[in-house]
Amino acid sequence: MKISHLLLTATVALAVQSCKMKSTESAVGGDAAARTYVAPGKYDEFYNFVSGGFSGQVAVYGIPSGRLLKVLPVFSVNPENGYGYSEETKAMLNTSHGFVPWDDQHHLALSQTNGEHDGRWLFANANNSPRVARIDLKAFKTMEIIELPNSGGNHSSPFLTENTEYVIAGTRFAIPVGNQESPLDNESFKKNFKSTASFIGIDKNTGKMDVSFQIILPGMDLDLSRAGKGPSHGWFFFSTYNTEQASTLLEVNASQKDKDFIVAVNWKKAEEYVKAGKAKKMATEYVRNTFHEETHSATSEIIKEVLTLDPTELKDFVYLIPCPKSPHGCDVDPSGEYIVGSGKLAALIPVFAYQKFVKAIEDKAFEGEYNGIPVIKYEAALHGEVQKPGLGPLHTEFDGKGNAYTSFFVSSEIVKWSLKDLKVLDRVPTYYSIGHLMVPGGDTKKPYGKYVVAYNKITKDRFLPTGPELAQSAQLYSIDGDKMQLLLDFPTIGEPHYAQAIPAEKIRDQSVKFFDINKNKHPYVAAGEKATKVERKGNEVHVYMTAIRSHLTPDNIEGIQVGDDVYFHITNLEQDWDIPHGFAIKHAPTAELLVMPGETSTLKFSPKTPGIYPFYCTDFCSALHQEMQGYMRVSPKGSNVPLKWHTGGEDTTKAVAAK
Amino acid sequence: MNRKLSAIAKVSIVVAIGCILMLWFVPMWRIDLAAPQYPEGISMNIWINDVKGDVEIINGLNHYIGMKTIHKNDFKEFVYMPIALGIFCGLGILVLIFNRRSLFYMWTGLLLLIAAVSMYDFWKWEYDYGHNLDPTAPIKVPGMAYQPPLIGYKKMLNFEALSQPDFGGWFFIVAALLLTGMTVYEWRRASKYKL
Repeated sequence: MKISHLLLTATVALAVQSCKMKSTESAVGGDAAARTYVAPGKYDEFYNFVSGGFSGQVAVYGIPSGRLLKVLPVFSVNPENGYGYSEETKAMLNTSHGFVPWDDQHHLALSQTNGEHDGRWLFANANNSPRVARIDLKAFKTMEIIELPNSGGNHSSPFLTENTEYVIAGTRFAIPVGNQESPLDNESFKKNFKSTASFIGIDKNTGKMDVSFQIILPGMDLDLSRAGKGPSHGWFFFSTYNTEQASTLLEVNASQKDKDFIVAVNWKKAEEYVKAGKAKKMATEYVRNTFHEETHSATSEIIKEVLTLDPTELKDFVYLIPCPKSPHGCDVDPSGEYIVGSGKLAALIPVFAYQKFVKAIEDKAFEGEYNGIPVIKYEAALHGEVQKPGLGPLHTEFDGKGNAYTSFFVSSEIVKWSLKDLKVLDRVPTYYSIGHLMVPGGDTKKPYGKYVVAYNKITKDRFLPTGPELAQSAQLYSIDGDKMQLLLDFPTIGEPHYAQAIPAEKIRDQSVKFFDINKNKHPYVAAGEKATKVERKGNEVHVYMTAIRSHLTPDNIEGIQVGDDVYFHITNLEQDWDIPHGFAIKHAPTAELLVMPGETSTLKFSPKTPGIYPFYCTDFCSALHQEMQGYMRVSPKGSNVPLKWHTGGEDTTKAVAAK
Repeated sequence: MNRKLSAIAKVSIVVAIGCILMLWFVPMWRIDLAAPQYPEGISMNIWINDVKGDVEIINGLNHYIGMKTIHKNDFKEFVYMPIALGIFCGLGILVLIFNRRSLFYMWTGLLLLIAAVSMYDFWKWEYDYGHNLDPTAPIKVPGMAYQPPLIGYKKMLNFEALSQPDFGGWFFIVAALLLTGMTVYEWRRASKYKL
């Protein structure tokens, strides 16, 4: 009797146990640890460049270890190395509306040649104050940032054509072109608000960016975009939402239509129109910031006009393809033949065929016009639909073996399907609510495959809790076999949106170790200790200072007065790998500097009271780093203390009259 | 009495001159250094007329222990060495023209003399750099000298040093061995045939 009681209890307990909801803990394969383990001193297989989202920066991780290698400062000031604080880098964050210290960074594109990564540059978008940045992959430095006129929210950017002819910037918000004031109602939206697709030309050799032309489209929201490749090279495809043209409560108002559009732009034809002088010049104002390698300094320039093309006037270069339910991702497969639209609210994934699209144009298989632009019949361009793939499809990447991988935000999963017969092959959960996903080279003509990485929107319980504000997360899956296999979770900075990955060997060996001091053309360089000096120009004082293990020259400075603006131009004289020096002076509100070997960097300080101001090297550079320090004496305004400076014995003292 | 050189000895003169001329194209000696912070190693290459490699890095490190900095212009050897070796090559051609064993012996002796003087001079420089340290140097280890090894391996504080001939040095060694061997050969030949 007792035994049967026990048995009954146990059975009930088991039954209750099995009634629990499915756990989110997934079965991680037994060899996952070995497959992601990169032994100390060994290198990762891929560089993974991941957008830093609302941090404004770009993070670099190693794959498959998930180790953070670097945070690249791009669109936000960076206290770690003085980007945006030093006099040389402040100009990088200039816009037509002044200095912007923090932006929102979403998408990345590695430069391509013949549709494959060439390891030269990385392009990044600023979503809020519309800009595109170019990062050099030799020095891992932001070299250029160009602003976009007539844009509101540069979301569908910075996607590239297959030979890096253009980087694209499509406006997420329709705004009145020329940015004039306009009432906020639906009537005004329809009349005044426009969308723009900007084609930024890239110089083949220098990478220099110029807005070549802008296509003015009817007011709607351009979401994401991709260039055609191979046969479809010459076309660009943009997904859109809010073709309902609402200015308020888009959640409801932009979800009314059964289908929005994929905008197809024949940019080769647009180029011809521009060459033929058919583009209109529009007066505007936007800024381009360039970092000069030789002077280690950035400059800003204001550009005052832009060329625009109107597809309602110049025909046959813009077409619309209906696409279900507010499409987000708009991805082109490696062959360039298939265009995958991902309707965020759709229960299927439409796949369009480039050949059918071209034929539909030839046959004039149009269902009508939308604000003067021809709309192709949905079925005429359709290759087929992936049925019941999941909920909330967002983005698609490819493995080069005929498979596509689509992220599903709502059902929180990656679904693998076949491009040929549009059948679902496999699905794996992500933790949680995946946004973008990335297969190394998955957007190129020749994907490297091997892994797919999920970049998630929600982290929750995946790592040790750190209060309400949590790290974001990424998940690495193997796609080598038929079934996707979860290998690793790793936390990320900011919020990761899109990412790129490139085999390490395409970048590793070109990485700069230090800057050649003989090529340093900074106007305030001190290329040796003999060149150090302190110069007064009115109330500006320029200190030409050098740093070398383990002293600063000069390290005693007198004759500074309250009211002076003191510029410390620090040249790091080291010519060896990984010997940076830092600089900080007490009470300087402009923060600190981190100076790489061979580089010159400037900190501006305007002392407010007389006294002694200690300064020191902030980077533990050597055994005698702690001795790398000095003093600046600040006297009251009008004091007769002469300007003098030295390091070491009095014999090196140089003194000049204060005035 | 036949004082002329054998055909093989004549060939050896040409080969030896060729070996010595190589010193204008490849470094003579190398000193390799390694430390925990320098897993990739630092090396200094000594040519007959220059010192190359990571000299600036070595100078930067040596200031801690008060060692003098190394500068090409401090070494008169970089002027004398090419002259001495140039003269040696020129004399070789004369030996070939005059075709006398005695001259060949003297010529071989000259190369060995150059080698001996060079090695002594090299040792003297190393001694000087390793011992004459700045008394105000930040790092002073009592009893510690930093003379690199003349040839071979030595550990000095956190650095390991390896000193050995570079390509040019090996060409020099080949020339010296060849000429010494040929001298012995010629000497024996002369004694045997009472030439």
